[in-house]
Amino acid sequence: MYAQMVKSTGQGVTPRDEMTPEERAFQDRIDRGDKIEPKDWMPEGYRQTLIRQIGQHAHSEIVGQLPEGNWITRAPTLERKAILLAKVQDEAGHGLYLYCAAETLGVSRDELTEMLLDGRMKYSSIFNYPTLNWADIGAVGWLVDGAAIMNQVPLQRTSYGPYARAMVRICKEESFHQRQGYDAIRKMAEGTPEQRRMAQDALNRFWYPSLMMFGPSDKESIHSAQSMAWKIKINTNDELRQKFVDQTVPQAEYLGLTVPDPDLKWNEDRGQFDFSEPDWSEFFEVIKGNGPCNTDRMAARNKAWDDGKWVREGLLAHGEKKRTRAKARQVAAE
Amino acid sequence: MAETDAFMQFLLRMGDNTLILGHRVSEWCGHAPVLEEDIALANTALDLIGQTQMWLGLAAEVQGEGRTADDLAFRRDVWDFRNVLLVEMPNGDFGQTLMRQFLFDAWHSILLNRLQSSTDTRVAAIAEKALKEVTYHLERSGDTVIGLGDGTEESHQRMQAALDYLWPYVGEMFASDAVDVAMVDTGIAPDPASLHSAYDQLTGRILSEATLTVPDTSFAHKGGRDGRMHTEHLGHLLTQMQWLPRAYPDAVW
Ligand SMILES: [Fe+2]
Ligand SMILES: [Fe+2]
Ligand SMILES: [Fe+2]
Repeated sequence: MYAQMVKSTGQGVTPRDEMTPEERAFQDRIDRGDKIEPKDWMPEGYRQTLIRQIGQHAHSEIVGQLPEGNWITRAPTLERKAILLAKVQDEAGHGLYLYCAAETLGVSRDELTEMLLDGRMKYSSIFNYPTLNWADIGAVGWLVDGAAIMNQVPLQRTSYGPYARAMVRICKEESFHQRQGYDAIRKMAEGTPEQRRMAQDALNRFWYPSLMMFGPSDKESIHSAQSMAWKIKINTNDELRQKFVDQTVPQAEYLGLTVPDPDLKWNEDRGQFDFSEPDWSEFFEVIKGNGPCNTDRMAARNKAWDDGKWVREGLLAHGEKKRTRAKARQVAAE
Repeated sequence: MAETDAFMQFLLRMGDNTLILGHRVSEWCGHAPVLEEDIALANTALDLIGQTQMWLGLAAEVQGEGRTADDLAFRRDVWDFRNVLLVEMPNGDFGQTLMRQFLFDAWHSILLNRLQSSTDTRVAAIAEKALKEVTYHLERSGDTVIGLGDGTEESHQRMQAALDYLWPYVGEMFASDAVDVAMVDTGIAPDPASLHSAYDQLTGRILSEATLTVPDTSFAHKGGRDGRMHTEHLGHLLTQMQWLPRAYPDAVW
């Protein structure tokens, strides 16, 4: 999940008899399964929550380029390099669709970018972990894109039209990424002893951070309750995490890799795996900025933005000159 | 020079150009000035790596020693690389990267256009496929050079500096040697010198629209396409690019 702990109005769900007529009509549309479109009336809380959620998702796609980009120049074959380039290009494209979806809510991409760069907005905790060996690239596709899909597939049915449509496009590509990631780590798991060691090491480091992607349990969260009533969140974090574990454990077994959780076991009664929770104190440290890569990731994004200033200004100035010249030509012709 | 040898050298020149430039461009990943450029740079790198697979794949086939495109990319040392020096020059700022791209794309598109009528049908087929991609690269890099050259005072200065820095590496693309003579004789590829006037015309038009001044020098650094003397930069690039397959030579990835 690329959006974690998104704050809603903080007031909980308004009881129906306390809603204004507009709010009631809005909630009825959502309950009927209507899609809300940019020009439709919407409660300010709905708009703001969506901006935070879509913005955080978009930022995650952008910052997510960095841990994978870290290996593009060291990809071991031409084919692997091409696959990784294509994936990272897709992720940037996801960022673009999502910023466009957010823009329909009345916030510009530049504003969102500024908020990311000065720390007012967050991105997924997962991208604050380093990629240290080549198997990590497989692990990221398999686990990180895998966890993202868990959350994003239901979001194809989210109530906000532009967001739902962005998700449809994105999900197709994410599932492709997941298969390619699994294929990459399978090659490692089936390879030389060193490659196997890399694959196991990757799983050891990425397992719990992947579970953290769904966010802490939100059974009791008023933010989540409101988001679910508005259908901008479809499942609880625990439901999605369980689904992810149930899907991923057999895949790890197939690879002959060990999930780093001694308490992991199949629960016959529940028909699901029992598993250990990640260390949530670590998660909150990462969210606060104390993950292994937070500082470097933000420094890299800030540097890209600052170094690019002259480029953006140059292209803008050129566009302006072109318009002025075209106008002058038009005047001369008249 | 034996014909196969010359053909092999020609294919390495094509494939090493795209490999090294594709690698350089891929270094930008996630660090571009604006999201659209991140996407465009990744896309350009991806195209170039795809072309590398075709050129070096054919080179390995022509060599006939059972090697693969990957062997050629990852197991040769600096002196066996046959790319022009221009493509191994460092990225510098975004302006330098795009100027390098433009100076290469212009040459690349003119050459590929001619290679479509190569007597070797495999070369013609690769050229046809690559030209579609490269036409788009040229459109983009040309537009960006114009936009930044004729943008703000700062962007203009930076683009002029990039052009001044890179211009001495342009001449090598039009040098001819025994390999080229053999390629002309067999009708596989045109004489590089024969591309020069079209190149000057194309770059002259774009650079003047960009309000940039072509440096008044015909001096050309050489030594890449014959491997006689690469720049110091290539070794560092290979260190990174080749590290994994060399460190784990028995691994399949
Ligand atoms: Fe994505
Ligand atoms: Fe992703
Ligand atoms: Fe993805």
